[in-house]
Amino acid sequence: MEKIPILRMGRFLLVTIQVDMHDQLAMQLQNDLTDRIVADRAHGVLIDISSLEVVDSFIGRMISNIAAMARVLDAQTVVVGMQPAVAITLVELGLSLEGVRTALNVDKGMELLREQVGAAGRI
Amino acid sequence: MPSATAALDRVLSNEQDILREWVRLQLAASSVHSDLIKENELREQSREFLSLFRDAVLKSAAFSTSGEEWAGVRDFLSKISRSRAVQGFTPSETATFVLSLKQPLFALLRRDLAKDAEALGEATWATTSVLDKIALYTTEVFLKSREEVISRQQHELLELSTPVVQLWEGILALPLIGTLDSARTQVVMESLLQAIVRTGAGLAIIDITGVPTVDTLVAQHLLKTVAAARLMGADCIISGIRPQIAQTIVHLGVDLSAVTTKATLADAFTLALRRINATVSLPTPKA
Repeated sequence: MEKIPILRMGRFLLVTIQVDMHDQLAMQLQNDLTDRIVADRAHGVLIDISSLEVVDSFIGRMISNIAAMARVLDAQTVVVGMQPAVAITLVELGLSLEGVRTALNVDKGMELLREQVGAAGRI
Repeated sequence: MPSATAALDRVLSNEQDILREWVRLQLAASSVHSDLIKENELREQSREFLSLFRDAVLKSAAFSTSGEEWAGVRDFLSKISRSRAVQGFTPSETATFVLSLKQPLFALLRRDLAKDAEALGEATWATTSVLDKIALYTTEVFLKSREEVISRQQHELLELSTPVVQLWEGILALPLIGTLDSARTQVVMESLLQAIVRTGAGLAIIDITGVPTVDTLVAQHLLKTVAAARLMGADCIISGIRPQIAQTIVHLGVDLSAVTTKATLADAFTLALRRINATVSLPTPKA
């Protein structure tokens, strides 16, 4: 069964979505990621969706849920590299992902995470 | 062959007489537009139409928009209508091209069937109905080609009206001019988001100085654009809000509190520079 890999980079977890998301896969990711945040005591999660070209309301809500769950587990989430078409679709669906931080690319996303985590006084 | 068509065909064999009279009538009717079309060009077009018309009448008496017998006439008329639409003729002038053929034809029919009033009536009716249909067809093609011109211009206008300019490394500006409707907002949104991807800019200033009115719909479109840009990781500043527009926005109860707004593009640019930690200073005057 296919699975989305979760990489650990220091205090952060890196998730790169490179396949078409379907509902089962999204649920699996949600489970795996929450497990890993706890197991690795991660302080930040970076989700790269630059290869994601199709979203529906379910996937949109999953992204927003994952961010909320991570926050409960005391980890910041940054979503990076959203494609214009995906952004327009989400807005038209009424999902503007309030509370989810976004950045243009992985580079800027990591910078944002470091700022956030550093500001919270954790080294 | 029915007698009506036979008479029409007999009459049409006097091609030279008809042509002379017809061209004379057309020139008299459209004297205003003698600058748009030359007399010999008109004569040539009339001659070609007449010969095509005669061939078609021989094969099938009734004009049809799909029949093979009339394909030649239809193609020719489409060509003429299109070229006239582009040249700037009015629809009635274009229809007159066909309708003015009636008078010379009727005159000849009257002479041909002077003895037989019933046959004359029949032949006149047959001719009139076929020419009317052709004229209607011509007008239709004329309007269709005008519509094509309009829709092409609309498309061009849409592309022209949404430039995204780079003000600074990492700062984009989108000066909006003209009324925002759903179709335009879509184009504006797409070009802004694509520019964000292309330039990697983290800040975008949407300037609405040139937007004449802001109603709830326009405000909603703006908010959607801002939300989409935020999802991609870019912040938006809305600038160029005129005093009346500020009043309208508040009276309409539009909530712009989630967006940074500035009165002028200059203010917005200063803020954007501060956000990326850049400063611009004037040179200190020499003492």
